[in-house]
Amino acid sequence: MEGTILRTENLCASFGTNQILKNINIDIPEKKVTAFMGPSGCGKTTFLRCINRMHELNPEATVQGKIRLHYEDVYQMDAMTLRRKVGMVFQRPNPFPTMSIYENVIAGFTLNGLKLKKAEKDAIVEDALRKVALWDEVKDKLNNRATSLSGGQQQRLCLARTVAMKPEVILLDEPTSALDPLSTAKIEDLLYELKGNYTLVIVTHNMQQAARISDMTAFFYLGELLEFDDTKKVFTNPKNEKTQNYITGRFG
Amino acid sequence: MTTIEIAGIKRRKFKDTMFKYIVYGLTFTCLAVVLIILFYIFQKGIPCLNWSLFSQMPKPVGESGGGVLNAMVGSLMVVSIAALIAIPLGIAVGIFLAEKRGKPAADRVSIAVDVLQGVPSIVVGMVVYVWVVKPLGIFSALSGSIALAIMMLPPVIKNTEETLVLIPNTLKEAALALGASDLKSTMKILLPTGIGGIFSGCMLGIARVAGEVAPLLFTAFGNPYLSFNILKPVNSLPMVIFNYGSSPYEDWHRIAWGGSVILVGFVIILNVIVKFFESRWKVQF
Repeated sequence: MEGTILRTENLCASFGTNQILKNINIDIPEKKVTAFMGPSGCGKTTFLRCINRMHELNPEATVQGKIRLHYEDVYQMDAMTLRRKVGMVFQRPNPFPTMSIYENVIAGFTLNGLKLKKAEKDAIVEDALRKVALWDEVKDKLNNRATSLSGGQQQRLCLARTVAMKPEVILLDEPTSALDPLSTAKIEDLLYELKGNYTLVIVTHNMQQAARISDMTAFFYLGELLEFDDTKKVFTNPKNEKTQNYITGRFG
Repeated sequence: MTTIEIAGIKRRKFKDTMFKYIVYGLTFTCLAVVLIILFYIFQKGIPCLNWSLFSQMPKPVGESGGGVLNAMVGSLMVVSIAALIAIPLGIAVGIFLAEKRGKPAADRVSIAVDVLQGVPSIVVGMVVYVWVVKPLGIFSALSGSIALAIMMLPPVIKNTEETLVLIPNTLKEAALALGASDLKSTMKILLPTGIGGIFSGCMLGIARVAGEVAPLLFTAFGNPYLSFNILKPVNSLPMVIFNYGSSPYEDWHRIAWGGSVILVGFVIILNVIVKFFESRWKVQF
């Protein structure tokens, strides 16, 4: 498909004997927001964690099938290189607690042993914090501990930390589920703005959120991809009965 | 019906109160024992403290005065070298146990550490005597340090492991998701985050071995003179306390009491330092 950045071919993932994902085939478009939706335990987070190979950190985890990033098999790539191209924001804000706000934004570089001049670092930090609309709030206290920020600010900081690495794809695993409605709205606005430059893949429990911010929506059910289409189509005219039941609130 | 219930409640309340006072009572008993020991040591020892205790060498029998300078230097040497050996080793094993928790290899190492913790110190001294002192042909500070390092390992390992296990996994994942290697995420994220707990493990390990005499009998041996050579026998405070305390001379008893106060003071100071840095380096998640 034209404009596809991520493609999976018969992707299956398991923990031990427990198969989580069954034959997932999906083409994720570049520079769009793709939402993964579905009831708890349907495998959407596992799928997300397969994409940047965080899934394999669990010793029980196994994967079959292929995931391609620009036609390149991610399982043939070096995991560390892959994760620099495919960033991730987690469910709960997890800034590095021993580091300052500044150090957190630049952490991707320091952790990868990339040496930068002070001016370069300053530019990266400011740019990343501006992109997540946090600059004005923290520019006078960049040396404060990151944990001194509020939950919503921390999550935007985590987004900045990921954006600073200039990844091609950003994976977001229910990034607003631990936040209040105002912070959630801020993050959603940001994602909307970021999609011009990045491909965003977001797992969400919140259907309104999927409807609000995504271009494409995938519906997962019991480890299978039941439906994947334009968000508008999925919400107004779903092909699958299960999808319809889910979005109309009959289960899940 | 109502009256029966009220009676039951009274009984339960009584039991509750009893339980509370028993717990308080036993706690204060333990505390009292510690305080009495400390009081006794300070009461006997503080009058024996004077400058010559810190600055002079032991005097021969019959001459009054003298000090424990050589023993303090010896203790400091033996314990410092032990710490230099045990702390990196212990932290490494602690990282291994935390990373591989639940795997068979980690379980075995964990049991081994528990066994090591239970090995009597005199046995550790014997083993080091056979392994180090005999091949080198001489008692030495170094062999004493090795014996104490073995004694120090379990607390350092256990504290490192417990500290690292308590750090949320999401922190390590955050580092890995940025493309960091396992090594970098451990060294730059996990260890700094757990520094408070790891540090206190190291200090408690030092406090634990500072007063050991049994492993030193076969190894550092003791030396009436001042020595800075790690390949020669050295004296140590616990040994001075043992030798002088069990001697028949009043003057030597005074030195033993003085040495006890120095040793106890050292351990108390270590504990205060631990508490201070633990609260300062406490990390909020």
